[in-house]
Amino acid sequence: MLLSEDVYIIGSGETKFGELWERSLRELAVEAGLRAIESAGIYSKDVQLLYGSNSLGGTINSQNDIGSLIADFSGIASNHIPAIRIEASSASGAAAVREAYLGIKSGEYDCVMVGAVEKMTDLYGTEMLDHMGTLLDREWEAFFGGTPAAMAALSARKYMLDFKVPKEKLLSISVNDHNNASMNPDAQYRNKITMEAAMESTMVAEPLNMMDCSPMSDGAAALVLCSGSFMRKRKLEGVKIMSSAISQDFLALHSRRSIYTMDSTVLAARTAFEKAGLKQKDISFAEIHNSYSIYGMTALEDLGFAEKGRARDVIDAGIGLADPLPINPSGGLKAKGNPIGAVGVGQFVEAVSQISGKAGQRQVKDARIGLLHNVAGTGSTSIVHIVGGA
Amino acid sequence: MGKLSAVWRETNHRYRLVAHQCGNCKKMYFPPRDICPDCHRESIGKMKEKQLSGNGRIESFTIVHDAPSAFARQRPYVLALVKLDEGPILTAQIVDSDFSELEAGKKVRAVFRKIREDGKGGIIQYGYKFVLE
Ligand SMILES: [Zn+2]
Repeated sequence: MLLSEDVYIIGSGETKFGELWERSLRELAVEAGLRAIESAGIYSKDVQLLYGSNSLGGTINSQNDIGSLIADFSGIASNHIPAIRIEASSASGAAAVREAYLGIKSGEYDCVMVGAVEKMTDLYGTEMLDHMGTLLDREWEAFFGGTPAAMAALSARKYMLDFKVPKEKLLSISVNDHNNASMNPDAQYRNKITMEAAMESTMVAEPLNMMDCSPMSDGAAALVLCSGSFMRKRKLEGVKIMSSAISQDFLALHSRRSIYTMDSTVLAARTAFEKAGLKQKDISFAEIHNSYSIYGMTALEDLGFAEKGRARDVIDAGIGLADPLPINPSGGLKAKGNPIGAVGVGQFVEAVSQISGKAGQRQVKDARIGLLHNVAGTGSTSIVHIVGGA
Repeated sequence: MGKLSAVWRETNHRYRLVAHQCGNCKKMYFPPRDICPDCHRESIGKMKEKQLSGNGRIESFTIVHDAPSAFARQRPYVLALVKLDEGPILTAQIVDSDFSELEAGKKVRAVFRKIREDGKGGIIQYGYKFVLE
């Protein structure tokens, strides 16, 4: 077998995340895409393949075929390159990056673009919540009153009971997110929050309140990926994708082996570390999928940073920018925001900023290797990427 | 008619709590499935309908305040993971009980109730909920 090409991220860009009522789905996608192309120092005609990432366009915005939409309004329709959408619920973003990575690894493509977008605030809260049910098993969870927050709450209550973990531990990830987001101009919530205020916020699904839950967000993020040989030929610089791994599990929470271990994350992480030839201690920072605070806790365990039930030890040792394991320097899903089909690509944008030393105030010192963790719904798919290392 | 047929399709399982049992390994599945995830092709054509007792225990529960529109009138409501005596875990509401009495491990049994109301004048759908034993 021929040695496959290394894959690099040579361009990245994103829009602000938030309630962007004045911006449309296509405007957001184009803005992020242009930034990525510009930062890559290539021309759009260099792009040989485009993967659009989006989760709820068909239901919220009544728009499917997002791949063609992005290609069209980015002005590259007449290049006639393949442009299709990758969908894996809230893991769509990392799924699209992974497909792009595989396209280059296969030798078929040299330069691939990923454009990710979600436009959630075209609907009001309750209507939006109806659509969020599509992230679950519609017939056997959402039908009976299940919402993503309620399913996370079911995991949280049992986790807190079995491991005697107080609610404050879960919320410390949210507090940390807001702290980091205050230094991120692209973040949805740039206010810092105190533990007291977080504890007292409005109940969503007990024991989870608003500060345990990521918001509804609009936003887009884009990347340009290329092969090592393309990068060298063009004399460009990039951040290497050291490994990419994905794993899948039962769709509904009630069918899984455990309600507070995401086996999909355990397996994806194991493979990602193996393929990169690294250990947890080698990671400089991690962007984890804390759509709900409990998933932040279980991610720390399932990614191998702590034993089951002991995520609190990682938190106690410190997860801030200057601590042993900086978590979500971007502000994470809670505070940077959670445009679900774009959030996984947003994590890469942060990783590139960190590794190239351009993260400004929120720069993690010696940020060499980042771990990125993107999850579909309650854990039906997990994708782990390890980037950097040059 | 599309929407009504979608309701009707799962009626038997939702109304009567009918599971599927794998004819190969005897494991019970609810929600029902046509292929046993342990036995794969050995199970094809051998998944048999099996009546569940409707008895189980609370695995975990939550009180839902932020509810989708079809549940707006039931808010706040209790959603639980119930581990049935026959093995499977399912997602269902617990009704007619004081929130303060709820606890993981407590016994519950299935009752037949209205589940949701889709829109004004929309279809009302029925199925199982649980009450404390
Ligand atoms: Zn079987």
